[in-house]
Amino acid sequence: MTTFTPRSPLIPSITAEQRSLRFKRVRDNSQVMTGGIILLVLIVVALLGPLLSPVGPYATDTANRLLPPSAAHWFGTDNFGRDLFARVVSGSQVSLVVGFSVAVITSVLGLAIGLIAAYSRAADRILMRILDGFMAFPAILLAIAIMAALGVRTENVIIALSIVFTPYVARVVRSSALVVKEQTYIESLRAQGASALRILWINMTPNVLSPLLIQATFIFADSIITEAALSFLGAGVPPPDPSWGNILFDGKTLIFSAWWMTVFPGVTIMLAVLAINFLGDGLRDLLDPRHRGTRK
Amino acid sequence: MLKFILKRLVSLVPVLAVVAVVVFLLMHITPGDAAAVMLGPEATPQDVDALREQLGLNDPLYVQFFSWLGGILTGDLGSSPFLGESVAEALWSHLGPTLSLAILAQAFAILVAIPAGIIAAKRRGSLLDQGFMGLTILGVSVPSFLLGLFLILAFSVGLRWLPVAGYQPLSAGLGEHLRYLILPAIALGSMQAALIARMTRSSMLDVLSTNYLKTGKAKGLGSFSLTFKHAFKNAALPVLTVVGQTFGSLVAGAAVVETVFNIPGIGQLIINSVDRRDLLVIQGAVLLIAVSYVLINLVVDILYGLLDPRVQVR
Repeated sequence: MTTFTPRSPLIPSITAEQRSLRFKRVRDNSQVMTGGIILLVLIVVALLGPLLSPVGPYATDTANRLLPPSAAHWFGTDNFGRDLFARVVSGSQVSLVVGFSVAVITSVLGLAIGLIAAYSRAADRILMRILDGFMAFPAILLAIAIMAALGVRTENVIIALSIVFTPYVARVVRSSALVVKEQTYIESLRAQGASALRILWINMTPNVLSPLLIQATFIFADSIITEAALSFLGAGVPPPDPSWGNILFDGKTLIFSAWWMTVFPGVTIMLAVLAINFLGDGLRDLLDPRHRGTRK
Repeated sequence: MLKFILKRLVSLVPVLAVVAVVVFLLMHITPGDAAAVMLGPEATPQDVDALREQLGLNDPLYVQFFSWLGGILTGDLGSSPFLGESVAEALWSHLGPTLSLAILAQAFAILVAIPAGIIAAKRRGSLLDQGFMGLTILGVSVPSFLLGLFLILAFSVGLRWLPVAGYQPLSAGLGEHLRYLILPAIALGSMQAALIARMTRSSMLDVLSTNYLKTGKAKGLGSFSLTFKHAFKNAALPVLTVVGQTFGSLVAGAAVVETVFNIPGIGQLIINSVDRRDLLVIQGAVLLIAVSYVLINLVVDILYGLLDPRVQVR
C-alpha cells in the first residue's frame, strides 16, 4: 500500500501560486470538466425546470395523450397527457435530491464508523464483521427488502439507500485511516497526550477526506441508478410523483406505442450516471497520487 | 489446504450471523404492527391477531429470533398468508428461471469479454482497444433494467426479431428457451462483461510485459500459442475472481431484469411480494440470495487457493 501524503498541522496553508496550479490541474483534467459540466447542466435544468416548461408535471390533458415529441411538448406526452419534459425534469430533482442526500448521509456515517474502526482494534473487529454481513447482500436487493418493510415513500428511499451504501464508505475511510494512523506525527501526538477525539477529528479526518470524496461521488451515481431501479420496480418513489424510474415503468407498458416514454428518461439517466462517474474517475486521478499517471 | 478451507469456513460464521439478524429485523423495522401492515387496512382485528400469533410477534424479540433461526436451519421459512404455500415451496418453484437467466448472462459475459479483453491488450492503444474500453465504460454506466428496455425497443419493437417479454421453460425446447432469454441475458450480462473485459485487459497487459514472454517470442513461438497457452493461462486468475464475484451479483441483478421481461423467477416473486407487503416471502428470498452470494464467494476463494497456492499463505 502506498501512503497518502499527510498534511502536517505545522505547515501553513497553500500559497496563491499553489492554488492556481491546483486549479490548472482541475481545468486540464478532461474527465472532471466533462462530468462536471454535464452535471451542472442537469442541476441547472432541474432548478430552472418549472420556468422551462409552461405546464407542470402533474397537469393532465386527456385530449393530448401519447403525443410524440413536438415543439409544444419537447419529450412528447404520456398516457395521461402529461408533459413528459416537465416530468423528466421534475424527476431529475428527485434523483439529485436522493443521490445527494444519500452521499452526504453515508459520508458522515461512513466517516464516523471508519475512523472508529481504524482507531480502536476492539471496535474494528466488531464493526468490520457487521459491515461484512451488510455487504453480503447485493445492494439493490437489500434496498428492496428495506423498502418493503418501511413502506414505499421517497424519504424511505433515502433511508434504505443510506443503510445499503454506508458500509462501502466506511471501508474506504477505514483503510485510508489505518495508513494515516501509522504515520509518525500521529504517534508523536499520542506521545504528547493528545486525546483520541482530537487525533481523530483534527489530525486524521483531513487526511481521509480525498478518498472519502471520491467514494461519495460514486455513491451519488449508484444511488441515482438504484433509486431509478427501485422506482421502476414499484419500490421507490410512488406515483403520481414523477421519478425517472417510475416514468420508465409507465413507458414499459406502452413501449409499442410511445418510444419516447422510454428513450428520454432512459438517456437522461445514462447521461447523469456517466457524468458522475467521469467526475469520480477524474477526481481520483487528481486527488489520489497512486492513480496519477498509472492508467494503462 | 485443509487449514485454508477451514479458516475460510470459520470466517463465514460472523458474516452469516449478521445476515440472519438483518433479515430477521426486516419484519421489525416496519413502522407499526407488521401483521397489520401485511394484511392491509381492510383486515379485521381478529385476522391481525391471528397472524400476529402465527408469526409469533407477541413473544419477546430474542425468543422470536431463535425460533425463527431454528426454523431456517431446518428449512422452514414460514408460510405466506397470500400464496397459500410455504415460502420454501414458492422460492423453489421460482428458482429455475432465475438460475437459467443468471447462467446464460454469465456465459454471454465470458464469451464476449475475454476475447475482447485479450484483443484490447494485444493491440493496446489501437482504435479497437479504445473502442472496446469506451464500450466498457458504457457497460458499467447503463443499469441493466435500462439496457433491457433499450434492447426491447431495438430488437422487439423496432426489428421484431425477438419476443418483447415472457418465458418458456427448457422443456419447451432449447431454441424457444433461448429465444426468450437472449435479450434478458444480454441486459443482465453486460455490466459483468464490461468488468471482465477490463480485468482481462489489465491482467493480460501485466503478463505480456514479463520476461518469460519475451523469451518465448525470441524463441520464435507463434503469436497464438504465446497469447493463449502462455500468457492467458497466467492472466486468468484475477479474471476468474471477477467472474466468481460477479456471479453472485448476477443472481441479484436477475431479480431486476426479470421484472423488465416478465420472467417468473425469484425477482418477480420479490416484487409481487413488495406490492402485497408479504414480508415472509421477502425475508426468505433475500436470505436465499444473500446466503448463495456468500457461498459462491467462498467457492471462488477456495478455487483461487487451489489454483494459486500463494493465496493460501495470506
